[in-house]
Amino acid sequence: MANVQQQYSYPDARGYFGPYGGVFVAETLIPALEELRGAFETYRNDAAFLAEFENELKHYAGRPSPICHARRLSEKLGGAQILLKREDLNHTGAHKVNNCIGQALLARRMGKPRVIAETGAGQHGVATATVAARHGFECVVYMGTEDMARQAANVYRMKLLGATVVPVASGSRTLKDALNEAMRDWVTNVSNTFYILGTVAGPHPYPMMVRDFQTVIGKECLTQMPEAFGRQPDMVIACVGGGSNAIGIFYPYIPCENVRLVGVEAAGEGIGTGRHSAPLTANAKAGVLHGNRTCLMQDENGQVIETHSISAGLDYPGVGPEHAWLKDSGRAEYVAVTDTEALDAFHALCHFEGIIPALESSHALAQAMKVAPTLPRDRLLLVCLSGRGDKDMHTVAERSGIQF
Amino acid sequence: MSRIQTTFQRLQIEGRKALIPFIVAGDPDGELTVPLMRSLVAGGADIIELGVPFSDPMADGPVIQRASERALTKGMSLARVLDIVRAFRTEDVVTPVVLMGYANPVEAMGVAIFPDAARKAGVDGVLVVDYPPEECVAFTASIRAAGLDQIFLLAPNSSGQRFHDIAQASSGFLYYVSFKGVTGASHLDFDEIARRIPLIRTAAGMPVGVGFGIRDAEIAKKIGAVADAVVIGSRIVEEIETSPREQACAKVETFVREIRVKLDELAGARS
Repeated sequence: MANVQQQYSYPDARGYFGPYGGVFVAETLIPALEELRGAFETYRNDAAFLAEFENELKHYAGRPSPICHARRLSEKLGGAQILLKREDLNHTGAHKVNNCIGQALLARRMGKPRVIAETGAGQHGVATATVAARHGFECVVYMGTEDMARQAANVYRMKLLGATVVPVASGSRTLKDALNEAMRDWVTNVSNTFYILGTVAGPHPYPMMVRDFQTVIGKECLTQMPEAFGRQPDMVIACVGGGSNAIGIFYPYIPCENVRLVGVEAAGEGIGTGRHSAPLTANAKAGVLHGNRTCLMQDENGQVIETHSISAGLDYPGVGPEHAWLKDSGRAEYVAVTDTEALDAFHALCHFEGIIPALESSHALAQAMKVAPTLPRDRLLLVCLSGRGDKDMHTVAERSGIQF
Repeated sequence: MSRIQTTFQRLQIEGRKALIPFIVAGDPDGELTVPLMRSLVAGGADIIELGVPFSDPMADGPVIQRASERALTKGMSLARVLDIVRAFRTEDVVTPVVLMGYANPVEAMGVAIFPDAARKAGVDGVLVVDYPPEECVAFTASIRAAGLDQIFLLAPNSSGQRFHDIAQASSGFLYYVSFKGVTGASHLDFDEIARRIPLIRTAAGMPVGVGFGIRDAEIAKKIGAVADAVVIGSRIVEEIETSPREQACAKVETFVREIRVKLDELAGARS
């Protein structure tokens, strides 16, 4: 699936990206992960599997997604050109469906009739419920009660699609707790259940497998950019929570040394306030959570601390291990933008381009809007517009003091 | 010989089974943990498994998760758990204490620092739930160098090769997870356990404890008939959760004694 890579060949056989990654789970999950690893190794190079994956991406998800020049916004900023990779136009409204289609095909080949997932913003839950309906799988989605309140429309959407949404009221009641709960379900029902993990975190092989399914984003860009804009971009910018859309667009560009890769974390109320979700930008220590070693927001006793972001999809204390490695190795750089900056970018894209972006994607856009004015007009900034903002209507309206 | 090995040897001579109750350090608060540990011993515990609370206890069910949250709210930490063991040791130098927890608090303290600190506090063994043997080779070496036992989990679906690797890395005893699931659930396959345990014991050459899902004295007795040790966690933590603070010690002691009595009915009757 990844012939593009020459020197860069991570993870290693044990799931490590440098010092990050691995398989830090209770023994009860090891056999399930071994089974999954075996199946993925078999099918990642299987012609029939890949053909079906491509076919579903094209005819079910609506790929390839276009790259669209944000002409008025770029003009207004007066610097580099902002180009949008339109993952928001995928079926279900975000990049999440790419990975779900891949994992659902794998689940079917492994003979698992039941799928489970964790969700933060609800986009991965909706995408999982969607593919489950298409395959006739039973579907259970775990979601923190805090996130259920923030994303009520997505909860209803999942139910319409036939999924059972299980509220998770433990811990911080957000994505990380939903992930804990999904892991518990999996360990209990491992024989008939496939866990469709939504981001490039979790134990090996998830960070690799989710990446490989998401690299369709970057592979399309490699072809589309020269066709539409005459060359590859100068900079690729994507938001990073767990980091699946970012790795999906970064990965094929890793060998392209002239392309800067910029991951944008959620600075929440500001890195200095401690109320953020930006472990890489804040130089958090490495730690072990959810089956892998990565940069992790934790207190001095090794307890995972509560995070904050206006966007539920970025509200996560860790980050995919490959991002931690890309940062250490210097191949990618990571910055953070605040809730307020993301909201400003959200409104700007609505106003200048007629596109309502997800709050997650608005973080990437905000970074592009920061750097564009500092660069010449012939520079190209490729922003991964990972999702659409319909789900965020309530959050944004509330910030403006509007009640529906 | 470690305190854990001495305990199993003594029990074997007596023809008795080890009773290993589990509580979470700091639940309901740090002051009550040492009295609760003494109550466990008074009720008939042979080894104490002391949970080190973690914010994200992925392998535990809701009962132990709630206990961990209560403990963390009151400021419990790995360093304070070691203080608790030190305090327990002032009056009890016989009962082995095994710390059970997750990797991140250990790594935050430092995998090079923790083993010595634990030994000095009077800890006998450690079980780090999310450290399968291949992910903690250096840690295992320093645990052994400190003279402590490292206990690993063995699952019903562990492959033959994994069983071999786990037995190699383990010392003290092996902890067989009685079913596929989290702590506190309730569906045991006794026939499967009865078939597996003797094979595991013979192959590993060390005692085998069984845990996850043992909820009462009758089940404990059935498990004790085939295993060397019975681990009971969630049910005891439930006793603590549902008792007024001042009655928790007495409740726990009574509960442990009921199990002790049932288990001792097996004494002399070879499995």
